[in-house]
Parts: sequence; structure tokens; C-alpha cells
Amino acid sequence: MKTATWILVFTVLLGWTMNASAGTLDEVKSRGYLTVGVNGQVFGFSMPDDKGVWKGLDVDTARAIAAAVFGDASKIKFVPLTAVQRLPALQSKEVDVLCRNTTQTLLRETTNGLNFVHVNFYDGQGFMVPKKLGVKSAKELSGATVCVLPGTTTELNAADFFRKNNLQWKPVVIEQNAELNKAFFSGRCDCLTSDVSQLAGHRAVAPNPQDYIILPEVISKEPLAPVVRHGDDQWFDIVNWTVMALIQAEEFGITSQNVDEMLKSPDPEIQRFLGVTPGLGAALGLDDKWAYNIVKQVGNYGEIFERNVGPKTPLAMERGLNALWNKGGLMYAAPFR
Amino acid sequence: MPPVQKLNPPSAQSAEPFWLDPRKRAVLFQAFVLGLVALIAWYLVTNTVENLHRQKIATGFGFLQKEAAFEIGESVIPYSAADTYARALLVGALNTVKVAFIGIVLTVILGTFIGIARLSGNWLIARLAAVYIEVMQDIPVLLQLFFWYALFYETLPGPRNALNPLTGVYVCNRGLIIPAVDPHPAWRIMALALAAAMVVAWVVRRWARRRQDRTGQAFPVFRVSCALILGAPLLAWLAMGSPRAVTLPELQGFNFVGGKTLSPEFMAVLLGLVLYTAAFVAEIVRAGIQAVGKGQREAAMALGLRPAQVLRLVILPQALRVIIPPLTSQMLNLTKNSSLAVAIGYPDFVSVANTTINQTGQSIEGVALIMVVYLFFSLSTSAFMNWYNKKAKLVER
Repeated sequence: MKTATWILVFTVLLGWTMNASAGTLDEVKSRGYLTVGVNGQVFGFSMPDDKGVWKGLDVDTARAIAAAVFGDASKIKFVPLTAVQRLPALQSKEVDVLCRNTTQTLLRETTNGLNFVHVNFYDGQGFMVPKKLGVKSAKELSGATVCVLPGTTTELNAADFFRKNNLQWKPVVIEQNAELNKAFFSGRCDCLTSDVSQLAGHRAVAPNPQDYIILPEVISKEPLAPVVRHGDDQWFDIVNWTVMALIQAEEFGITSQNVDEMLKSPDPEIQRFLGVTPGLGAALGLDDKWAYNIVKQVGNYGEIFERNVGPKTPLAMERGLNALWNKGGLMYAAPFR
Repeated sequence: MPPVQKLNPPSAQSAEPFWLDPRKRAVLFQAFVLGLVALIAWYLVTNTVENLHRQKIATGFGFLQKEAAFEIGESVIPYSAADTYARALLVGALNTVKVAFIGIVLTVILGTFIGIARLSGNWLIARLAAVYIEVMQDIPVLLQLFFWYALFYETLPGPRNALNPLTGVYVCNRGLIIPAVDPHPAWRIMALALAAAMVVAWVVRRWARRRQDRTGQAFPVFRVSCALILGAPLLAWLAMGSPRAVTLPELQGFNFVGGKTLSPEFMAVLLGLVLYTAAFVAEIVRAGIQAVGKGQREAAMALGLRPAQVLRLVILPQALRVIIPPLTSQMLNLTKNSSLAVAIGYPDFVSVANTTINQTGQSIEGVALIMVVYLFFSLSTSAFMNWYNKKAKLVER
């Protein structure tokens, strides 16, 4: 059985969740580190490198939260979770926040008792096939065997897509991402379906990346965002405004390199943002240097993107929807005042 | 005064305080423990409900009637993503039954053979059986499943280069694809003929036994039964015009169309569970046979019974008494281990229930369903085996 599911059942039974409103921030602070649920098997988003150091866009988002709370991005513990385990793990307080390429949906925010903060990656579902199959479009996939992760929006979107287009298909559903990829890359399935970013990540670490193509169709909207539990508004605000601070820093042109110079900026907005003019941090229950710490230690959103999934990485992804709003993308932070 | 007298008079007992009376004390303790258990259960239930309510997580089994909206790789009943969660879970449960039932039958057959081979006088056969048992018992079954699954998809070619050992039979990393028999009314008649033949065979066996008890004359029941069970469906098939139409599988696009497919996931689960559990069954069978005293065999042979008769009439009935109870527990193990199928993508009950839990967010209901379903499987297996055990038990006259 799924450990996380059992943990949920038992913790709920034991009534540990009685004090759901006791304040995640206080718990995190007294514990001394942040626990974050991550995927752990997607290159570019969250995966330890060959030295065991966690790398990825989701990982850096999580580090930004730790930087905001502790002023130290390294006070963090990563908990790898499968798609099936992730929501129960968050519900049962095994983790403080999920940064695990999780799609925001209506049912997850209601019946699952969770809240999604600002999106940290706009994605969409695609299909990857071996080049030698000669497939050019997802509409040609009739009769295909498709590898898919269980417990994801992907699984449901794929079912909808094939149903809508009246195509026959056969899913092969394996919970561990690594096992699923192995099955696909050794030919068990004709096609792997997932969010396009993940497909690119899996392809980047495949035995022969050049043998696979990602089909042009993007069949869904996948706004991936960090997730917190219902019922702790302060914690929600902290995580939400951390993601927005990453975006706002890019918009201000503040980077990890120039953040110290920016402290001297005459711009009152930047002064408020970096805590030179105090007030914003205190309102969140954090140090006024919170945004300074985020940018100094982790960087802004653009830096994180370029470092993990951008054109110079094996994933080679363009900014696209993830560009700033004033550069044709969707990344738009609410005013910091 | 002897102590017995002290207990006997009822007047003396009623005069005693109740805590000195062991029977009353026992009732009191049991009531106390029962009350405590009820209190804990009440606490857990109300607390859970309250917590779920606080986190605004949905509760109840209403989700069962909602559209599942996910597809399942293989199913013994028609299923589509438009069906309900209840139907999806039924598909999962039937997939578990399928692999457990076929697995149990094959395990018992294979385990029996290896158990007997272990006792063989042939040095090589006995040693091979011993090595098999030791190796299989000592490797965790999950690893074995991974091994078989990886073997299927790593070594076998893709569908476009599928191996084709016989006409219409293909082996590739999509599974074993065999021709499917076309529907024909003859198949139902043949099934009826088979059922009838089995009933007749049972009647013949009863009659033969009575006659042997009465007159001492033996009747070749086994041969007659075999002839009946094989012959009746064959006659029916001939009488119905011997239909031979089959649909050969054909490579169309990505995969084979037509024919029946045994998926690599199913075969890996089946193979892993059977090979692993058979090692335990072999040891149980060996123990059962060795538990029958040597004198029994010698006495039977002295009576002039043939070796086959010695085994069937003397050894097996006694060995079965030792074999059945541990065998039952191996059957239950196999059924429960089939839930490991989730690791290699066979859509068994746990796999479907996990997806359901994740899509609905209702872990407690989902886990409760998993427990109830496995309890049901296990209790049914136990009930059947207990009935069989009763039949095989020593009948004392």
C-alpha cells in the first residue's frame, strides 16, 4: 500500500490534524527546516544531480520559500513523492508544501481540501513518440499503447482526448516515474504522454534523446503551481507571495548578481520590495529582508528558468507562456504594496 | 475439610463478594474491555469525521456513482472511461480474481510436481528441485516481478518485428497474441455437454464405489470418466458441424488487431507469483508426503496394490491432511501478493483503487474498500479450503 495513504489515514485517525489552524509558519520555524514534497524523478524540475544535490525549477521555488522564512535557502528537506502519494502526503502534514509539478484543478482545490498558489510553470500535455514510428500528429495515434502516470490530470486528459477523437488506445499505468520511463524507452509503449516540460526532461536523460520527438499537439492546459492545505491563510500568503516575488524581481530587473546594488535604488517600489522601506515582510509575518534573501540566494524567476529548463540546458525550452506578461507571456505578479 | 466442599454449596458462593468469583470477575473484565474498545472506536470515528470536515475533504461513498474518466489497460468486462468509479473498481477486482485464480491453479500443479521431484530417487532431479526451491524462496517476490517484467520488454522485439513461432501466434513486447475463436452456437452446446459429462462421471463414480463395496468388483472409473469428459464435447463439436473459424491477429498501425492478447504485465505478475509461491507449495507437498509413515507404503505394497494405487489410495489421502492447511495459507499469500502488480502496471484492484483515491481525494473510503475487498477474497478462499479440509480429514468410525 501507499505509505502516504496510510500515513494520512493514521494521522487523521489519531487526530493530529486537530490543530490544523495552529499555524504552519510556527511549526516550520520551531522545526528549523521546511519540508517540501517534490517529484524527484523529473530532470529540470526536481532531481538530485550526480553529487546528490537537488536541482530543478520546483526545487528552486521551494528554496525560495525557505529563504523567505529562514533567510537561508538551505534549511529544507526534500521528500520525493509519486503522483499518487503527493496529495495525501500534503493533506496529512507529511510536507508543508508541494512543489511537484501539480496541476491546479477545481476538484483538487475543493474536495481534496487544498489550495494552489501562483503558477510557477504554465504547461500543457503532449505526446512523445520514437521517431522511427513516423507519426507526425497525435491524431494518428489510433490503436497505440500509451505509457501514463496514474493519479494525474494527464491520465484523465489522455482518456478525454482519445474519447473525443474516437481513437482506440491502451494505457500502461505505472506509478514510479522511473519505471514508467524505462518501459517507454525500451519500447513497451508507442507513446509517452505527460506535460511537455516533463517529456522534455525525460528525453534529456534518455539513452538516445535524438531518437524521440514530441508531437506538436498540446492537448490541455496544465498550470503547475505549489500547493498548500486549506485553512492556513498566513502560510498560503507566504508561499503565494514568494512565487510572485520571484516574478516581480525579474520584472524589476533584480538578479542574484545585482541585488546588493539594487538596495541603493532610488525607486520607491524597489525599496519596498527589498525591505529598504520596511513593512511588506512584517505583513506576511516574515523578516523585511525576505524578498532580498530570495533573490540573493536563489535568483529571480528568469534566472531559475534559464538555469534549469532554458535554451542552454538539455531541455532547451523557450520561455513561451512562462515569459513575463510584458514580454508576451503569462507571468504577472500583483503589486507589492 | 476437603476444598471441594467449599465450592459446592450455593449459599456459600452467594455470600462471597463478586470479585472473588472467577466467573463473575471474567464477565466484568470482558465488559470492561469491550467498553474500552467501543470507546476507542467511537473516538476514532467521530474524530476522523470532524477532521475531514475541518479540512473540507469530501466524505462518503457518493463518488462511486460518478464518472471515472480514466481508462484501464485490460478488463474482462466491457469498460470505458465513461463508466462509473464503481465499474472501474469492479474491473480492478476482476483483474485481481483473474490473476489470483489462474495463479493458484498453476501454483498447485507446479508446486506438486516440484515437491515430488524433490523426493525423487534421481539425484539430478532431486537436486534441481532443491536448487529451485532455495533460489525462489530467497528472492523477494517484488524483485522477481520487476525481473520478469523487464525481461518481457527489454528482450522481446517490438510489434513490427514480432516473433511468429506458429501461424497466428505472435510474441513481442506487447505480449503474447493468439488467434481468437469466432463466436458460434457450438461453443455453448459443447460447454453444456462438458457439464453433463461431468455429472454423469460423478454418478458413475458413486455407482462403481457402491458396486465395489457390495461385490468387490472394480470398475475402470478413471478411464470411463476421461472418455466421457473428452468425448462428449468432441461429439457435440462434430454434431454442430465442427466450426473452425478463428480470427487471426493482424498487425494494423501500432498494434495487433483481432485475436487475444495476454499483456506483459499480466504474464509477468502471473509468472512471478506462480514461480515464487510454487517453491513454498513444493516444500509443503514434500512435508506432507514424508509425514506418511513408511510402513503405510510397505503395507499397501504387501497387499498387492500397484504403485499408482498406493499413491492414490494410501499415501495421498493421508498426505493431504497435512498439506491442506498450510496450502490454504499459501493461496491467501498469492492472492494478497497480487497487489504488488501495481508496481509493474497490471491494473489490479489496488492499482484502480489508488487512482480512484487520487482522483477523488477520498483516501479513507478508498483504503476501506481495499481492505473489505481483500478480506472478502481471503475469507472466500478460506471457506472453500476449510470445506475441502473437512472432506479430507480423518474420518473416524
